[in-house]
Amino acid sequence: MLRKLLTALVLVSMVSVFFALPVLAEALSGKVEVNSWWTAGGEAEGLNAMIKIYESKYPDIEFINATVAGGAGTNAKAVFKTRMLGGDPPDTFQVHAGHELIDTWVVPGYMQPLTDLYKSEGWIESMPQGVLDIVSYQGDYWSVPVNIHRSNVLWFNKSIFDTYKITPPSTFGQFFDVCDELKAKGVVPFVMGTKDGWEAGHVFESILLGKLGANDYNGLWTGEVKWSDSRVTDALETFVKMVSYLNTDHSALTWDEAGQYLLKEKGAMMIMGDWTNGWFMSVGFEDYGWAPPPGNQGIFLALSDSFALPKGCKNQENVLAWLKVLGSKEGQYSFNKAKGSIPARTDIDISDYNDYLKSAARDWQKDAISPSVMHGAAASEGWTTEFKDIISLFVSKPDVAYAQKALVTAAEGYLK
Amino acid sequence: MQIKGDKWTPILFITPSIVAVGIFIYGFIGWTSFISFTKWNNVLPDYTLAGFENYRKLFANMRFQIDLQNTLVFTVIFVIFSLLIGLLLAVLIDQRIKGEGIFRNLFLLPMAVSFIVSGVIWRWLFNPGSIQLGNIGINQLFEKIGLNFLICGWYTDPDIGIKAVAIAAVWQFSGYTMALYLAGLRGIPLELREAAAIDGANQWKIFYYITLPFLKPITFGAIIILGHISLKIFDLVVAMTGSGPAFSSDVPAFFMYDTTFRGNHFAQGASIAIILLLLVSLLIIPYLITTFRKEA
Amino acid sequence: MKISVTRLLIYIILAIFTIFYIIPMYIMVVTGMKSFAEVSLDTMWNLPISFNFNSFNLAWVGNTKQGFRGISGSFFNSVFLVIPATIISALFGSLNGYVLTKWRFRGSDLIFTMILFGMFIPYQSIIIPLVLTLQKLQVYGTIPGLILVHVIYGIPISTLIFRNYYITVPTEMVEASKIDGANFLGIYRWVIFPLSTPGFAVAMIWQFTSIWNDFLFGLIVTPNPASQPITVALNNLAGSYVVQWNVQIAGALLTALPPILVYLFLGKFFLRGLLQGSLKG
Repeated sequence: MLRKLLTALVLVSMVSVFFALPVLAEALSGKVEVNSWWTAGGEAEGLNAMIKIYESKYPDIEFINATVAGGAGTNAKAVFKTRMLGGDPPDTFQVHAGHELIDTWVVPGYMQPLTDLYKSEGWIESMPQGVLDIVSYQGDYWSVPVNIHRSNVLWFNKSIFDTYKITPPSTFGQFFDVCDELKAKGVVPFVMGTKDGWEAGHVFESILLGKLGANDYNGLWTGEVKWSDSRVTDALETFVKMVSYLNTDHSALTWDEAGQYLLKEKGAMMIMGDWTNGWFMSVGFEDYGWAPPPGNQGIFLALSDSFALPKGCKNQENVLAWLKVLGSKEGQYSFNKAKGSIPARTDIDISDYNDYLKSAARDWQKDAISPSVMHGAAASEGWTTEFKDIISLFVSKPDVAYAQKALVTAAEGYLK
Repeated sequence: MQIKGDKWTPILFITPSIVAVGIFIYGFIGWTSFISFTKWNNVLPDYTLAGFENYRKLFANMRFQIDLQNTLVFTVIFVIFSLLIGLLLAVLIDQRIKGEGIFRNLFLLPMAVSFIVSGVIWRWLFNPGSIQLGNIGINQLFEKIGLNFLICGWYTDPDIGIKAVAIAAVWQFSGYTMALYLAGLRGIPLELREAAAIDGANQWKIFYYITLPFLKPITFGAIIILGHISLKIFDLVVAMTGSGPAFSSDVPAFFMYDTTFRGNHFAQGASIAIILLLLVSLLIIPYLITTFRKEA
Repeated sequence: MKISVTRLLIYIILAIFTIFYIIPMYIMVVTGMKSFAEVSLDTMWNLPISFNFNSFNLAWVGNTKQGFRGISGSFFNSVFLVIPATIISALFGSLNGYVLTKWRFRGSDLIFTMILFGMFIPYQSIIIPLVLTLQKLQVYGTIPGLILVHVIYGIPISTLIFRNYYITVPTEMVEASKIDGANFLGIYRWVIFPLSTPGFAVAMIWQFTSIWNDFLFGLIVTPNPASQPITVALNNLAGSYVVQWNVQIAGALLTALPPILVYLFLGKFFLRGLLQGSLKG
C-alpha cells in the first residue's frame, strides 16, 4: 500500500515537473541585447522573424535589437571591439564562424564554450561535420551558426547564354573562350564591383580553389601548402586575364551595382556569394542561372554567420535562450527563407525555398566543404585584411611576382 | 592686459577645461603613443614593447606611402581652391549685386550637409559610366553640353583618385571661405579704398595693394581650419570612394580605422594616428608662433 | 537700363558657380522622390515619374516588414543631444575666451596653445581610451555621455572662436567696470556677455552643425538604437550588402534639414559674427 502511494507520488511529481518546465522557461525576464549588422533587406526580415519567435516564447524579456550598418560589418566590429576592450561586453554579437571567431575572440579568452548547449539541443547530429569543424577549437564548440552562404557561385544571365548558345564553362580554358565570344558580341563578359575592396579577394578565392582543389586550398591556410606554389602563380596570372574582360567602371561600383549589368543584359557573368540570390529576389530578377566557377565542381566554399557568448555578458540566461532559437528548426527555417541562405542544420524541410537555395542545400550535403577566407572562416582577421589589400591592389597593379611575394610574407606573419 | 584684483577666479573658471583637455586629449594621446610602441596586434591587448618597429614597417608599407602622397595632393587642391573660389565669390558678391542674400545662402548651404551624405552623391556624380552603360553622372552632363574634353575616369582612374574627392570637399567648404572673405571685405574701411581711388589707382591696384593685405589674416586662419580638416579627412572618403583602385583615394585616417577595427592591428593603427598628429603639428606650430608674435 | 559688360560677366560667373553648387542638391532631391525600381545609375539625371514622398515617409517611419527602423526616433535623440551640447560648449568657450584675453596670467598663452592643439587629433585614435573612461564614469551608452564627449571635444574650437572675437573688444571697457567695483563674474555678466552675440552666433552655428552631423562619436558612444543620434540611424538605413538608394537619400535629406534651416535663417548672424573677428586668423 505504502509502496503504491510512493510510486504514485513519484509519478505525479515527475509529470508535474514536465508541465512546470515551460512555465520555468517563460519565467525568464529582463533584457537581452543582440548585436549585428543586419539592418535592411532580407537579412533584417530574417532577423525579425527569429525575434518574433523569441518574443512569443519569452514575452517578459525586452529584446534590444542593436544593429550597426556599414563597411560590411567594419562599423559594427568597431563597436564590439571597443566595448569588449572597454569592459562592457555585448550580450551576443554576429560573428563569422571560423577563424574570425576563433582567432579574434576565442583564443584571447573572451568567449564561453557552447558544447553543453550543442549536446542538449542535438546540434551535433543535425549539423554537418564541415560546419562543426569550423566552429570548434580545442574540443569545444564556440558559436551557433544560423546560416550557410556559399561564396563560390558563378551567376550568369540566362538570356545571353541562350542567345549565344553558351553553356556554363567548367574549366578556365572554356571560361576564356566564352569571354572572347561575348566580347566580340559587345557584351561585357565578366563583371565585378570593386569599390568596397573585398570583392576582388572574393573572386580570387574561387580561382585559388579552382587551381588547387579543396584539400590544397585548405592547406594554404594551415601552412601545409606554401603560397610560393606554382599553382598560386597560375591563379594570379589567370586573375590578370580575367580582369582584362571586366567592366571598365568596376572601381566605382559595389557588387550589386555591378550586378546591374546582368539585370540589363549588358553583362553576362559574375562570381559572387549567394546573397546575390537574395538580391535578385528583392529586385524581381529571374532571368539568371548559376554554376560552380571553373574548377570548383564538387566544392562548396562556405561562410557562416553565427552568434557567440562572451564572458561577462549581463543576461546570460536570456542569451542562451536566444541561441537556442537560432539553432532551432523553426528559427533557421524562417531566417534563411527571408535572407536567401540555407540553414546550417540538415534536417529542415525547405521544399518551399526557391530553386537556387534548394540546389545549394543539395550541394551542401554532398560537396566537399572549404572555408571562405574573405568572409572570416579560413583565416584570422589580420591575415584576411592583408589578403584583401594585396588582391585589391593587384587588380590595378597586376604585378604577379610582387603580389605573390606579399602573399608569402603575409602567410609567414600569421602562421606561427 | 592684466586686471588687478580677482586672481584666482579666472583660473578657477578655466580649470575644468584644462582638466578635461588634459585627460581626454593629452591623456589619450599619451595612451595612443604608448600603444604605438607595443606589439598589440589582436583584440587581446599586448603591451610588449616593440620600439620603433611599427613606425619602420609603416613607412615601408606601400599603402601608407600612397596615403601620404594622397594627403599632400588632397590638402593642396582642397585648401588652394577653397581659398581661391571663396575669394572670387566673395569679391563678386561684394559688388552690390541683386539677390546677394540668395547667392550667399546658396553657397553656404553645402556646409550644412554631412560628408557622409555629400560623399554618396558625389560618388554617383563622378561615376564615369562605361562603354556598355555609356556616360553617366557628370560625364553625361558634359557630353550633353558638348564639353567632351572634360570627360575622364574620375576616381576610377588611379591617376586622378583623391583629386576627385578634393573637388567634392571644395564644393562643401568654399562657402565657408567665401563667408570669411565677405566678412573681411566688408571690414575694410571704405575711406581707404576711396582715398586710393582718388589718388588715381585703378580697381586692380586697389585690390592688390589694399584689399589683399587686409585679407591676409583671414587667409591664414582659414588655412589652419581647412588644413586640419584635410589631414583628418575620413567620412568623405568612406562614403565616396573607399580606398579606390590601387589605393588612389586612400587616406591615413581610413587606413587607421580599417587596420585597427577590421584587421585588429591596434599598434599599427596607433602609429598612424601619431604620425597624423605630427603632421598636424607641422601646420599649427608656425601659426601659433606667428599669432603670438603678432600680439606681443 | 544698360548693364555694363563687367556686371554681366559677374552674373555669368555667379551663374556658373550656382550650377556647380546646385547639381548635387538636385540629384539628392530628385533621387529622394523616386521609387526603388526607378533608381538606377544611368538615369540619375531624370526627373522622377511622379513627385512622391514615399521614400521620405519610409525613411522617417521605417518598414518593419522590410526590416529597417526609421530615423524618426533618433531625430529626437539628436535634438536632445545637440541643444544642450551646443549651449554648454559655447558657454565654456565664451568663459575660456574671456579668461584668456582679459585675465591673462603667466602661462595663459601656453594653455591656449595646448587647448587649440587638441582640436587636431584624429578621433579614431582615441575612441578606445574614451570608451574605457566613459565606462568608469558610468555614462557610456547614454545621451548625457555623448553630450559630455561633444562638449569636451568642442572646447578647442569654441575657445578659439571666442578668443578671436574678444580680442577685438577693447580692454578699456573692462578696466572701466573694474574701477566701478565689478569683479570677474560681474564684468562677464554686465560687460562681456551682452556684447557676445556675434561670438555665440558663430560658435553655436558651427557646433550645432558639427555635432548634428557627427557620426563617429555617435556610433561608438551610443550604439544602442534607443539612444543613437540620427546620423547613426541614417547609416543603418543601408543593408549590409544591399542599399535602397531612394530611401537612404530621402533619409539623408531629412537628416540635413535642421542644419540647412539653421543656415538659411541664421546665416546672416553667422556672417556678422565672422565680420566681428570670430574664426579669423
